[in-house]
Amino acid sequence: MKNFTYAAPRNVADAVRLAGQPDARFIAGGTDLLNLMKDGAQSHGAIIDINGLALGDIVQRNGVIRIGALARMSDVAAHPAVRRSLPVVSEALLNSASPQIRNMAAVGGNVLQRTRCGYFRDSGTTCNKKAPGSGCPALEGENRGHAVLGGSDHCIAVHPSDLAVALLAVDAVVLTDRRRIPFADFHVVPGTTPDQETVLGHGELITGFEIPVTPLAARSRYLKLRDRATFEFAVVAVAAALNMRGNTVRDVRLTFGGVATKPWRSPEAEDALRGKPLTTTTITEAGRALVRGAVTRDHNAFKVDLVQRALDGLLRDLGGVR
Amino acid sequence: MTADSEYKRRTVLKAGSAAVTATLVATPAATPAAAAQTESSSVDITLRVNGRDHRLAVEPRVTLLDALRERLDLTGTKKGCDRGECGACTVLVDGRRIKSCLTLAVMRQNAEITTIEGLARDDRLHPLQEAFIRRDAFQCGGCTPGQIMSGVACISEGHTRSADEIREWMSGNLCRCACYPNIVDAIQDAAK
Repeated sequence: MKNFTYAAPRNVADAVRLAGQPDARFIAGGTDLLNLMKDGAQSHGAIIDINGLALGDIVQRNGVIRIGALARMSDVAAHPAVRRSLPVVSEALLNSASPQIRNMAAVGGNVLQRTRCGYFRDSGTTCNKKAPGSGCPALEGENRGHAVLGGSDHCIAVHPSDLAVALLAVDAVVLTDRRRIPFADFHVVPGTTPDQETVLGHGELITGFEIPVTPLAARSRYLKLRDRATFEFAVVAVAAALNMRGNTVRDVRLTFGGVATKPWRSPEAEDALRGKPLTTTTITEAGRALVRGAVTRDHNAFKVDLVQRALDGLLRDLGGVR
Repeated sequence: MTADSEYKRRTVLKAGSAAVTATLVATPAATPAAAAQTESSSVDITLRVNGRDHRLAVEPRVTLLDALRERLDLTGTKKGCDRGECGACTVLVDGRRIKSCLTLAVMRQNAEITTIEGLARDDRLHPLQEAFIRRDAFQCGGCTPGQIMSGVACISEGHTRSADEIREWMSGNLCRCACYPNIVDAIQDAAK
């Protein structure tokens, strides 16, 4: 790891000013950033430690749960208001990483974690995320873990955050030092600029998330399929939120991890269910709608099947469909 | 090898690295500018470890793990993967388990750090240390300090209601000797 200067500001204004330096980066939990710096995938001349800022609270007020950016994964997962009103968020967090990492990692940084693509993490390979224009070895190489949705000829790396998939399913809003960003607008697909992963500006600081408390979010769940039982990233993940009137789907959110280049919402899959009864037929149709635009590579075509089965299993469970 | 042997493993390793250092210094024109820069970029910090304050100067890039092992000689905390995957470097910070390889020493000032060396009370082992011995919960021992620190937290968190729950909440600690069944037994014993 290359050395850097270190500063620990005590208020948001100072933190943002310091982060305006061209080579600066915020550190909170550090659980992803330090690995990237050790591996040489990233280096920064100035590290701004934001752990001294008062951004760790989780509060419910006026029908909104506000989670500070510095709240730790373990604290958010265990918080009574989150468990009661946003079960999908708690479940996604408890299915992430390990207990030690969850004690360290802050939720603001969680949604900014970088892809697990081996070509990105390996400092000895080309990668359009690391060095735009250098090429993407994953397209023709080892791509079992890569995206079937939202990819481009420049990048097919999967976004690794479970929390982000859950936040997308409950209509979260990202709060920064300067604006409010609907979660659906926060991450961007790679296109020709895979180094750009979010709409955040340089030195812009996530201060927290706001999530409305709704009947939809209260009936929500997360299903994560992975190569081992625990402490592993998703091969396929589904977050679903469901509001039923009798057997009719009043409203639904369906978001996906492991299959796409950004936390993925499928309005097409939701439309296949909204206003209709929840049956084997409509659930199957929702799965088909989700993967209609899928682009597969040599090793990841199995995800097209797997994600539909995961959706099927989760919706049956959540909706009580036999 | 006896405890008072003149050539403990650590001593030998240190002698080796000292020889390397001497060789480098003896090399002509050994970049004094680079050395000066390294020195000037160090920061003075205080770490509170096992109830004692330690003052030291470290570069900001030094992890808590490296500061504990290389600067404070607390080598009970092990360096396995150095990437947060194996859990051998687990310590408690303000009572919560963390991986010391994924945090900077400079970020952990004003915190109460507990390492494996801080668990015993005088000559009396921590109940989980005793349980690890009784249950034969280790072979090579490389992961053991991390397992025990993680297990202590697992118990205080209350995640010990079943063997399955212990396995899930100990998933951040890998054991290449695969002592997992005995580790789970030891934690169950100590949780009683």
